[in-house]
Amino acid sequence: MEETVTNRAGQAPILQQVTDDILAPLWKPGRGYWLLLLLSFSLIVIGGYIWSRLINTGLGLWGITRPSGWGIDIATFVFWVGIAHSGTLISAILYLFGVSWRASISRTAEAMTVFAVMTAGLFPVMHLGRSWFFYWLIPYPNERQLWVNFRSPLIWDVFAVGTYFTISLFFWYMGMIPDLAIIRDRNTGWKRSIYGFLARGWSGTGIQWRHYKAAYLLLASLATPLVISVHSVVSWDFAMGIVPGWHSTIFAPYFVAGAIFSGLAMVCTLVIPLRRAFKLEAYITLDHFNQLAKMLLFMSFIVTYAYAVEFFIAWYTGDPIERASFYYRAFGSYTVLFWIMIACNSILPLLLLSKKMRCNMKVLFSISLLINVGMYLERFMIIPVSLAHDFNPYIWHLYKPTIYEYGVLAGSFGFFSFWFLLFIKFLPAIPIFEVKELLHSHSAGKLEAAGK
Amino acid sequence: MKPMGVLGISKDEEFLIRALEQLQRQGYRNMTTFSPIPSERLSEWPDSRKSPIRAYTLVGGILGLISGLSLTILTSLQWPLLTGGKPIVSIPPFLIIAFELTILFGGLSTLLGLGIHARLFRAGLETIPEPGYDVRFAVDRFGIFVPCEGGQIEEVKRLLLGAGVEEVSIETP
Repeated sequence: MEETVTNRAGQAPILQQVTDDILAPLWKPGRGYWLLLLLSFSLIVIGGYIWSRLINTGLGLWGITRPSGWGIDIATFVFWVGIAHSGTLISAILYLFGVSWRASISRTAEAMTVFAVMTAGLFPVMHLGRSWFFYWLIPYPNERQLWVNFRSPLIWDVFAVGTYFTISLFFWYMGMIPDLAIIRDRNTGWKRSIYGFLARGWSGTGIQWRHYKAAYLLLASLATPLVISVHSVVSWDFAMGIVPGWHSTIFAPYFVAGAIFSGLAMVCTLVIPLRRAFKLEAYITLDHFNQLAKMLLFMSFIVTYAYAVEFFIAWYTGDPIERASFYYRAFGSYTVLFWIMIACNSILPLLLLSKKMRCNMKVLFSISLLINVGMYLERFMIIPVSLAHDFNPYIWHLYKPTIYEYGVLAGSFGFFSFWFLLFIKFLPAIPIFEVKELLHSHSAGKLEAAGK
Repeated sequence: MKPMGVLGISKDEEFLIRALEQLQRQGYRNMTTFSPIPSERLSEWPDSRKSPIRAYTLVGGILGLISGLSLTILTSLQWPLLTGGKPIVSIPPFLIIAFELTILFGGLSTLLGLGIHARLFRAGLETIPEPGYDVRFAVDRFGIFVPCEGGQIEEVKRLLLGAGVEEVSIETP
């Protein structure tokens, strides 16, 4: 700039304050952060070691045996795919409905989606036994002229989960471009180069915003049916089988509801400590949690209804094998787990009927954590427990996971946490421009009144 | 150094919109507006038509649908192996693949459209922002860059200051 002429002095910028507050925790890891990162990395090492043992020894290392050919590894796959669902729900579906409170938590939920799908994707590959042949799942021209079986639900999974990961990743990245430009401008040297590369020369011109808003709306519109389809496809991995407890037409909506329920619970589990650790109370307010808790409660009703319908259908069919399977689920060898599941998913969320409970962070955090436990148990009840009590009483078997399966489960939590921890320190956890847009469209005075 | 143009910076977008209108009336074109948040009125300049990105989405989606159906049907016919007693060309499961590829291709082509029209695919490790860009535009300031030279510079400065724009500067390369 050569010459500058000033017309008048600007007021204290609120938008500047928003930027500063949200970017403050970046690149400043404390001791607690390093400890958590080390812990999650240790869990990855444990999981990785077990995977190497699995490759070396074979799937016999796990407790899966006839009739339970699928154990907690597949339950964990479904659990993580389910967790991935709330990100798109909050980012895409609530965006289409014009829900403004989604802005503060959408970035975290989207990141959670991406990392949860990455974690989920490890399990089917692990379950292949010969993991290095995973590319056989992808249709590609080969000298044997063999193609994948498109009539198999497992191939549907490859396409559904692959598409979901790709679209979620780009949706997340696209939402971050304007914020990456801010970080680019605030850094020098190699940090500026990295963020500059990722920001792709974003300048916030009128033309860029016009196309950006259009593209965001279109991607949200595409992601909405996608999110419904993904967990429907995952549910068909089971519903297409004739196993009692699996072969049901309600599986698609039942799984989608469960996925949204568990995903929302995970959002609460992650955002409550994040808000406190990064002092983001002015941006993620109690009202945000109040709204999230209401959605949790609503999804709990749907999931509970699905449980009831499942049992009703089993009784109504008059099929003794179907009835026996469900009786076994509730009162058989795994009865304790079943009733813990009911307590966590159907009874405990009733506390959220009270606004006082919805706005109490300790209560909400505890409930969300227990819902995660309950939803994991739900997948356990559906997958190995149904298989354990198949048609033939002669091969009924009590499935018990081995220490290696628990190790891989712990490794998956480490893998997810590791990526999430990296995310919160190197990328803005709250979409800065969306919060600013919200503040700009409302009155600027509200934030000042809140002390910001 | 020969000036590139005049840059006006303001905290309030209203002043810029006023300046933009006055500049348009004076016959200025090729102006670039900047904002930290999406601004509907600033985004309408220079083209108020709907973004062409939706065409990319539509074409991508159609291509995805065709690809999904072709991939499933043609590969099944190439090796017609009966599995599960189902027809070789089983439309219901093939529609699932076609649906997923519709979304995938539609989404990727939307991003392609954004990259092309918002000029995000420029080469270089660290892509340089648009001419006239000021770091404050990403934070809390709105801006307008008017490419001009010679006698126009003073006129543009006068117009911008007259419209209430807070800060006006001459930009050099």
